[in-house]
Amino acid sequence: MSKIDQLFDQLRRAGRKALMPFVTAGDPDLEFTAEVIRRLVAHGSSLCELGIPYSDPIADGPVIQASYTRSLAKRVKLAEILDTLGRLTPELAAPIVTMVSYAIVYRHGLGQYVADAKRAGVAGLIVPDLPAEEAGPLDEICRREDVSLIQLITPITPRDRALRIAERTTGFIYYVSVTGITGERTELPPEILRSVTWLRQQTPLPVCIGFGISRPDHVRMLSPVADGLIVGSAIVRRIAQAETRPREQVLDEIGDYVAELLAAMQ
Amino acid sequence: MPATTQVPDATGRFGPFGGRYVPETLTRALEQLAAEYQRAAGDESFQAELAELYRHYVGRPSPLYHAERLSRRCGGAQIYLKREDLNHTGAHKINNTLGQALLTRRMGKPRVIAETGAGQHGVATATACARFGLECVVYMGEEDIRRQKPNVFSMRLLGAEVRPVASGSRTLRDAINEAMRDWMSSVETTHYCLGSVVGPHPFPQIVRDFQSVIGRETRRQCLDQLGRLPDLIVACVGGGSNAGGMFYPFIKDDDVALVGVEAGGRGEKMGDHAAPLCFGQPGVLHGSFSYVMQDEDGQTCDVHSISAGLDYPGTGPEHSYWKDTGRVDYTNARDDEILAAFDALAKSEGILPALESSHAVAKAMQLAAARKPEEAIVVCLSGRGDKDAAEIARLRGEKFE
Repeated sequence: MSKIDQLFDQLRRAGRKALMPFVTAGDPDLEFTAEVIRRLVAHGSSLCELGIPYSDPIADGPVIQASYTRSLAKRVKLAEILDTLGRLTPELAAPIVTMVSYAIVYRHGLGQYVADAKRAGVAGLIVPDLPAEEAGPLDEICRREDVSLIQLITPITPRDRALRIAERTTGFIYYVSVTGITGERTELPPEILRSVTWLRQQTPLPVCIGFGISRPDHVRMLSPVADGLIVGSAIVRRIAQAETRPREQVLDEIGDYVAELLAAMQ
Repeated sequence: MPATTQVPDATGRFGPFGGRYVPETLTRALEQLAAEYQRAAGDESFQAELAELYRHYVGRPSPLYHAERLSRRCGGAQIYLKREDLNHTGAHKINNTLGQALLTRRMGKPRVIAETGAGQHGVATATACARFGLECVVYMGEEDIRRQKPNVFSMRLLGAEVRPVASGSRTLRDAINEAMRDWMSSVETTHYCLGSVVGPHPFPQIVRDFQSVIGRETRRQCLDQLGRLPDLIVACVGGGSNAGGMFYPFIKDDDVALVGVEAGGRGEKMGDHAAPLCFGQPGVLHGSFSYVMQDEDGQTCDVHSISAGLDYPGTGPEHSYWKDTGRVDYTNARDDEILAAFDALAKSEGILPALESSHAVAKAMQLAAARKPEEAIVVCLSGRGDKDAAEIARLRGEKFE
């Protein structure tokens, strides 16, 4: 049982849901990234998703793209990111998953990436540009190393395909709420409720919803049907202010924001 | 193993290259496109309609022209130009966009998006969309908008919306990213008309097949005009669509040497060229596994080319396959050689080649000089150079009004 399996097992038994914030590694620097993650977990986030910056992220909207660009402009390297994680994860009560492009995983070497990430305490991988058909070799390595390989299902994934993806997924299923790229939305399509409810009846795996979630009313709407919710751009947008404003203030605001979302979740 | 023409396989692989590395959101549209293309490929009425458009709308077959004065100037083999520059819209790109417009209509999608570098694919897409009454949005990097102004204006005249892309290097690669992001949100009503033999399966196959009209005609014209196949064929390679379409019908002709010319830019230093087949290594970019310019972390490197159409860090998976099987020889030509070749063709034949096509001309001139007068070299003259006049003036410090 991986760390992620254990976490959702506990949450389900306690009747609780996971809040999973997304943070870009190295924006504005790795020290701050570590501090944000500590703060997010201290406020009650159950997992954290760490975005490994990539030069050509086609699934990401302007906010996360810009954070990747800022981080890469400072020449943040994968080895430094994993070093930082290696120091951070032992003290952390919540598992970390990395969101990472397959371009990076491939260049690093599939086995090497999984081994290095695992050594740094990473519990799972989300590889947004690796659909189920191409995931075989990485899936095999992840299973052997007991690192979860989280796959995505979208509103336009046909049902039979969704079942095939679910069979190949470990950790949890990432249900993409909208047909589109990452970024805050004012409203989310109500069909999500039906789709996620259906999906959870088909699979024992936890289902977490991401893309577009930013407001307490989104959280109130979605948490009853999901095992967890992922909040990305709304956090990254706040982190972006750390370059121009006092960091302590930014950290407090992120803490307040997460507390507000968690309150809406219970 | 020698290269085969029986590629890609059902998963979009050319040997180890190709595949489909895209977000789940796009997989359904790619499957739909692959299925529709399979049906269309076997549908005589589809092929007949495309052939009719090629003939009466594009002006095909494009001539195979014996450039006698250029050949004499080089003092070796005879140089023949496959005149894709004479096509409607001035480049080979229209061969592909008309095919994809027909596919768009078959799929019942009302909207088309495209990326463009030099603007040739953008103009060709805008043209095909105007012809078929489709809404058209073209993504173009700000740097390319600056250096290819005439094409930007043409696209707007044709009714397309040109959306400037300000991210990254503000060139072709960023335009592809932005088009993909648009497609992530619009995939159910929009067809992405990708302009080269790159991207996720089935694009490398579809674009190659539509562009193969170049190689099929060249083959027939050589047999008619020379009584035999050429000794050597040269084409420029960025994403690689004109080269792909030219080479594919000759893959099994072992006696025909094939040379792809990448953008050698200012030199061999990383960042000074756009030549992944010469200097890169296999990796993943824009949905496909192929040779690419990346750093040790897998981040795409900035590249440079004098020509916007070749200013791209990746290349088509089938080119990677042809490189590794040894069927095609990939080399590069530098910016200064390109400008010299541009002048040579302009002054000896009265033809202004596109800066992209000038890469092939430059290499062909060098290769011709080392061969015998009875040998024949075909150059794919993929586009005309009018669009580059202002940029060439700027590079030479001349005024252009």
